Amino acid sequence: MTALAPVAPVPETVPVAPRHRGRPRLWRAVVLALAALYFLVPLAASFWYTVHNEATGLSFAPYAELWTAEGFLTSLLLSFGLALATIALVLLLTLPAMITVRLSAPRLRTVMEVICTLPLVVPPITLVAGVGKSLQAGGEVLAPTPFWATLIALQNQDFPLVLVFVYVILVLPFVYRSLDAGLRTMDVRTLVEAARNLGASWPHVMLRVIVPNLRSALASAAFLTLALVLGEYTVASILGYQPFAVWIVTISGAKGQLSVAASVLSLLLTWLLLLTISGGSRDRSA
Amino acid sequence: MTRMLGALPLLAFVALAFGIPAVAMVAGAFTVEGSPGFGNLALTMRGGYLLALGNSVKLSAVVAVLGAVLGTFLAQAVVTSRSRALREAVLTASGVLANFGGVPLAFFWVATLGNSGVISHLLGLPSGTLFTFWGLALVYLYFSVPLMVLVIAPALDGLRPQWREAAANNGATSWQYWRYVALPVLTPGLLGGVVLLFGAAFAAYATASAMGAGTVLPLVTLKIAAALSGDVQTGFENVGLALSLDMVLVAALVMAVYLPLQRRSTRWLQ
Repeated sequence: MTALAPVAPVPETVPVAPRHRGRPRLWRAVVLALAALYFLVPLAASFWYTVHNEATGLSFAPYAELWTAEGFLTSLLLSFGLALATIALVLLLTLPAMITVRLSAPRLRTVMEVICTLPLVVPPITLVAGVGKSLQAGGEVLAPTPFWATLIALQNQDFPLVLVFVYVILVLPFVYRSLDAGLRTMDVRTLVEAARNLGASWPHVMLRVIVPNLRSALASAAFLTLALVLGEYTVASILGYQPFAVWIVTISGAKGQLSVAASVLSLLLTWLLLLTISGGSRDRSA
Repeated sequence: MTRMLGALPLLAFVALAFGIPAVAMVAGAFTVEGSPGFGNLALTMRGGYLLALGNSVKLSAVVAVLGAVLGTFLAQAVVTSRSRALREAVLTASGVLANFGGVPLAFFWVATLGNSGVISHLLGLPSGTLFTFWGLALVYLYFSVPLMVLVIAPALDGLRPQWREAAANNGATSWQYWRYVALPVLTPGLLGGVVLLFGAAFAAYATASAMGAGTVLPLVTLKIAAALSGDVQTGFENVGLALSLDMVLVAALVMAVYLPLQRRSTRWLQ
């Protein structure tokens, strides 16, 4: 899955009481029971799969084994590192651009919207196809020039910057929407003009006036990015790097139980991250 | 020019990190053995490639329609329920599961219904049950249904009780209320949801790849990956790029339908 959905906003309306008491209750119970069965059985079965096997019976050993498994920590750390770099870069690029559009270049607004929607049209696998081709072609063209070293540095195995660049493109639509919603709730022009009239410098305006007002929008953009990058497989596997999701697939052949245990862990991680966003945004609105 | 200074880094970055790969893809797709031509695109419209493209479209369509219907029923059950806890639990879980795809999803289902899965062992299912068209559809619904719940719940919330009361006062049956009042209001939202689900299923690669679905059900994303990595035969990269171009065209069509629908669906639900 690649499309990242918005985190559920929980509307504050009071649910409407049903008019017919008897029958609707029955269909609701059936729907909810079927949904519970469909969504909970795989979770329970996967957990059982990791803790039980014919030979040893019940044992939590796979979870302990994870921490010492070769490549587990390196790949997890690589994923976190990539995620942090992606968050920093995407915020540094979009925030000034969006504020500029609001303050002094309203005509760029349509351009921004198109740019930040385009990545939705391009499935990750096709983007990475283009990136692979560009790297290959770039290598041939740039070989005699000093840019050659830059190109090599981009593809460094220990920290592939090229992945960060592709991830920034992939998360751009979600970050844009999140920040746009945040900026709508405040009067950017008045705030900036007031601060500038009082003698604040530009960095001061950004860090002490804009950012504090955008805290929850920034947090939700950052957490969505983190969740997406931690689970990302397509781009990394095709370009030949090994962050967490790729590592899970790599070990699945030899150690099936371990890869399911890692999947359980990654669901818990996603769950925690997204609960943090929805919890955080509710605190602010309450 | 100085007024646009703050936007320049983003524009430059997108031109570099998005523009260059896009140009490379189109250029590659139209290059046959070093000279321009339509050979690669023609090749993607034949044999195994066409089959994969068809499989992808079929699977995504089935998942989109089923996911939209089931998601709407689930959302309605939750929205009309008076239990706040249930509502919050389902909406939060949907937020997590809609974002939860890729590799872990594949392994969850392999552990459940795969050849040595817990449930297939319990029920004595024949080997390979999961690795079929409907098996893959079942897996894809795991993120599609929650996505639909997220999309349609606000629209269902927006159906005002007064409309139902007005319909009832005018003598409408429950069926007539749904057919002539609620459904027309919900239609843009429902269609938008179908299109969004289609796009998500169509672009999915990680789940199918981790399940090893390529041999039983070739999908276009798996074909692209195979062509790029030179698994099949070297020199097929440009065919992979041509397939990518096909995919982008389908996805662009999908978005062209989705964006106007999304705007329309907000009209009645203020």
